[in-house]
Amino acid sequence: MRHALLQLKPEKGNVERNLARLLSRLLELREENIDVAVAPEAYLTGYFLQGGVRELAMEARQLEERLLEWHTQHYQRPLDLIVGFYERDGGDYYNSAAYFELGGRGLLHLHRKIFLPTYGVFDEERFLGRGHGLASFDSRFGRAAILICEDFWHSVTATIAALQGAQIIYVPSASPARDFTGATPGNVGRWATLTQAISGEHGLYVALASLAGSEAGKMMSGGSLLSGPEGEILARAEAFGEVALIADVDFERIPPVRYDNPLLADLKAGLPLIFPELRQIVEEL
Amino acid sequence: MKVVRGVTAGERLELNYQLVAEALQRFIHEELSDRGYQQAIVSVSGGVDSAVTLALAARALGPENVHALSLPHKDSSADSRKHAELVAKRFGVTLETIDITAMVEGYARLTPQITARRKGNVMARARMIVSFDKSEQYHALPLGTGNKTERLFGYFTWHADDAPPINPLGDLYKTQVWGLAEFLDVPPEIIRKAPTADLEPGQTDEDDLGVRYRRADVILEHYLKGYPDEYIVNLGFTAEEVTLVKRRVNRTHYKRHLPAVALLSSTAINEFYLRPLDFKLAD
Repeated sequence: MRHALLQLKPEKGNVERNLARLLSRLLELREENIDVAVAPEAYLTGYFLQGGVRELAMEARQLEERLLEWHTQHYQRPLDLIVGFYERDGGDYYNSAAYFELGGRGLLHLHRKIFLPTYGVFDEERFLGRGHGLASFDSRFGRAAILICEDFWHSVTATIAALQGAQIIYVPSASPARDFTGATPGNVGRWATLTQAISGEHGLYVALASLAGSEAGKMMSGGSLLSGPEGEILARAEAFGEVALIADVDFERIPPVRYDNPLLADLKAGLPLIFPELRQIVEEL
Repeated sequence: MKVVRGVTAGERLELNYQLVAEALQRFIHEELSDRGYQQAIVSVSGGVDSAVTLALAARALGPENVHALSLPHKDSSADSRKHAELVAKRFGVTLETIDITAMVEGYARLTPQITARRKGNVMARARMIVSFDKSEQYHALPLGTGNKTERLFGYFTWHADDAPPINPLGDLYKTQVWGLAEFLDVPPEIIRKAPTADLEPGQTDEDDLGVRYRRADVILEHYLKGYPDEYIVNLGFTAEEVTLVKRRVNRTHYKRHLPAVALLSSTAINEFYLRPLDFKLAD
């Protein structure tokens, strides 16, 4: 199952051009026989829009129509595509990522970002609503889940996805580079640590597609990567630049890895023992 | 038994300057391109901030796409002119010299009571006028050279040094600019000399500010991150130094913002109507 994690720099506010560039990149990669392609968080518009979300958000079905039309005319071969975008649903706005099975069932799954960073340089909840669901779903290859950026920085979300049976977690992200003390920007290193830890704990793949480009001085760091079920990094894109990161995912690797290191099974056995404490904590929130 | 000691966590000002340089080069290139420009203008004072900015611009755009301006006044120090020539030569950028004496003295003649400080500010604003005019002439954007320390202290001429639309050094303390200058191979005599705005004869920044940059920067970093005064004093600073640094920051917030506008509606710009500066809508 060949993946392309597309670390792209969008043009701020130009949905048409960004969509066209994404699709032309996919055509350029046609000979790679990509099964699943992932575009970053807010790729269609750029990440920092403030109140401009209201002018640029689109409905998931609108996006589906555009993609299906393009696929029928230009691509034909089945292609699964995950795209991060600002979504409008009636009068509500979300930071969303949709999974499209092009040449198949169309819009298969829509995830709305739950954890909206609203601190420091981030101001999402001022302009967006929170998603309220975290559901894994069946793609034509296996069981998958989508988490957007900070959703993934809380390990409990990936744990829920793993308990739901996810074999791969797709993570579109947009992460401004900060902390230049080490070999890579601090946030790039943090992403690698997180994906390796989550993959290794639950025996699953994590596919991170991270936005690139400077947005008025906030330099989106890129550093997209794929980590495998033993917590190993299987592919890693450089920081900052535009990259198509191509890597293969093999779900057959998961059972033997989980057999040797049955942490997920242990979690299922032990979770009921600690659940009363967890429930009490949640009830007191 | 073998004893292994850990390190104590703390704030660090030392950066990976290669990584910083690469990021700032990318920043310059992309921010210019996004505005439809391929060329930059750097006013070179002979100091380390403009030398670093020139080096970054030359690496980002190619020296042939950078216009270095030397804008001396008759009272500018000879070292400033000499060092401006030195950095332009070091980074392969053509230097254009425009003497601003006539501009400044023309106004000074009309205002006989003008003080040295006021005249210094007129010089800084004359340099801003020239660099924006050259921007129009060359279809090149002026790069700002202000560092984070002087921005936090408000130690710059308002609507002059802070006017350029793109500033690569504005989030680097002076200490960090010195580190970046070493990495970029800025001539050592420029890195080691006492920083000066050179707006008045014999002036130095650290005399004006009353604190050494290397000490101020550590205080600033801890203050901005919310450490209490006692914690900072315990790092080896005097209470007077901490007070002085905080006072300078808190008397100059207005210099880091657009002017105050009377808010009368729920569509007040930058209050209710919020768009980032790079926001665009396609036609």
